[in-house]
Amino acid sequence: MNLHEYQAKRLLAEHGAAVPEHRVVDSPDTARTAIAELGGQRWVIKAQVHAGGRGKAGGVRIVSEPAEAMKVVTSMLGSRLVTGQTDRRGQPINHVLIERPSDIVRELYVGVVIDRSRQRLVVMASTEGGVEIEKVAHDAPDKILQAVVHPLVGLQPYQCRELGFALGLHPEQLSQLTRILSGMTRLFVEKDLSLLEVNPLAVTKDGGLICLDAKANVDDNALYRQPVLAALRDSSQEDEREARARKWDLNYIALDGNIGCMVNGAGLAMATMDLIKLHGGNPANFLDVGGSTTRERVAEAFKIILADANVRGVLVNIFGGIVRCDMIAEGIVGAVAEVGIGVPVVVRLAGNHAERGREILDHSGLRITAASGLAEAARAIVAAVTGVA
Amino acid sequence: MSILVDKNTKVICQGFTGKQGTFHSEQAIAYGTRMVGGVTPGKGGSSHLGLPVFNTVRDAVAKTGADASVIYVPAAFCKDAIIEAAEAGIALIVCITEGVPIRDMLEARIVVREAGARLIGPNCPGIITPGECKIGIMPGSIHLPGKAGIVSRSGTLTYEAVQQTTDLGLGQSTCVGIGGDPIPGMSFIDCLELFQADPQTEAILMVGEIGGSAEEEAAAHIAAHVSKPVVAYIAGVTAPPGRRMGHAGAIISGGRGTAAEKFAALEAAGVVTVRSPAEMGSALLATLSASRRR
Repeated sequence: MNLHEYQAKRLLAEHGAAVPEHRVVDSPDTARTAIAELGGQRWVIKAQVHAGGRGKAGGVRIVSEPAEAMKVVTSMLGSRLVTGQTDRRGQPINHVLIERPSDIVRELYVGVVIDRSRQRLVVMASTEGGVEIEKVAHDAPDKILQAVVHPLVGLQPYQCRELGFALGLHPEQLSQLTRILSGMTRLFVEKDLSLLEVNPLAVTKDGGLICLDAKANVDDNALYRQPVLAALRDSSQEDEREARARKWDLNYIALDGNIGCMVNGAGLAMATMDLIKLHGGNPANFLDVGGSTTRERVAEAFKIILADANVRGVLVNIFGGIVRCDMIAEGIVGAVAEVGIGVPVVVRLAGNHAERGREILDHSGLRITAASGLAEAARAIVAAVTGVA
Repeated sequence: MSILVDKNTKVICQGFTGKQGTFHSEQAIAYGTRMVGGVTPGKGGSSHLGLPVFNTVRDAVAKTGADASVIYVPAAFCKDAIIEAAEAGIALIVCITEGVPIRDMLEARIVVREAGARLIGPNCPGIITPGECKIGIMPGSIHLPGKAGIVSRSGTLTYEAVQQTTDLGLGQSTCVGIGGDPIPGMSFIDCLELFQADPQTEAILMVGEIGGSAEEEAAAHIAAHVSKPVVAYIAGVTAPPGRRMGHAGAIISGGRGTAAEKFAALEAAGVVTVRSPAEMGSALLATLSASRRR
């Protein structure tokens, strides 16, 4: 689960890191009060959306007149921000962060990540702040410094000093860096985060270190024991169909193609998408219906897939392990009849009682093509959709 | 021969009397797995499915001599269950449960390593040596004793690979589902080492997916240490970056962990790769025949 910048900064501040003085607003009235309270001559106004690339997209503005600030806030609130990382519709802006500007001398990067190969937390730092760290990792990997965190003792001050000297910080700034990095690591562990980045971490004119932007993701598997963070979920930032699917414990991700997919198992679901592509089609979605393929869940999955107006056909691929394919077939027939599907549906059943399942599909009187082979099923749906289009 | 489990492996189940534990233990017993008991705290002394129930794993090990344990407890209790098994001297721990927090796994892995135990999973189908021992949720009927060693990050996609190798008469020596989580127990490399050393395994099928760099690390290992033919398939060519594709570990982050990178690394290591999941079995058969002719 993603957090907003302002939520991540609040957590950082609670763990001893300096963040700019700020207010979060959701209306012109609160904005007016916020600007008055913050005072000063200039303000940084930042759209709060779950997407990167906000600066280039006009989602971060610096203004020097209260009237201009109000104009920017008013135009942002209620609009959608389209960045290089969003879809064409963009993300809705329901909150705006207004901050006091900082006198920036240098921009650094610091982050905490889970290193899957080492199976350890790793603190990363770079002199190349303010740009996409992925780009730095790709173009100049030697500019990324790492400190591996020992799970028993945590991040040690010496590791922070090593990073600080390598970043070219002055000795008197090292204790600030140590406080920030130790706080970030503690925060990461205590709150079950899966990613925490401060980019940029600014060095200011007076020598301070301050978190100008922050990104935090929470481990979805740990939300049950992080109720405070779970309550921060902003459903407005999520695809409506994906949110609806989650309510049914369905794993759905919208894609650009026109062949809807319904598969049991995440790996097989990806493989099915790849196979459609390999046969010249384009998958419209990823959808894992999971183990209990009941009529209700299949019906709901069909509804979610068909809510995408681009879908011209649906491929259902079920490998019945312990679940019986004839029972699944009955579920599919019931769901197709209930939902009233107007596009071709190819169903591939394999495994337990698959033959009986295919007979049920063939005799359903519905527009369902039964397939047994993987490749055969992909060819059939691509042919059907190409014929329709 | 096979790897990790065979007809002599004595298996207990943690979460034995629960719904999942009961259902899959019944299936395992029916398959012929040497189930010797189970653990449900508070129900020790009773019997379930004709087997003794123990309060603790330590009791179960003392009374049954179990050397493997399968875990079906809810995600919130998996860390505790894994550590309990490791510290009770269980050599092979198989955790089926999906949804275990990453932090729990980071911690549990350390204890498992210290205890010298092996962990498969979590979020996995388990392990099976066809005709001998089934530990997990895979359908026994699709398997056939044979010569292919299969290691996979997926569940149903593994069944697909199994079905194909069974249909072609290749069969399987052992199939290990290492699971779809970012912090798994056994890795591809751990399984490759065992398959390389196992006389029954003549060829290896590796089923990977996007996310992380386990396939790239496996490729480097294969180039240096594996002489048996290896065929690989990677799922997720069409997966968009930055999205978690069902499995917690299946995510392309910062442009890394793509299927293209993994295919390239495996091909550079001399692995035969297939772009179609429908061709995993046929490619393995062809590769095995070609290696015999050499």
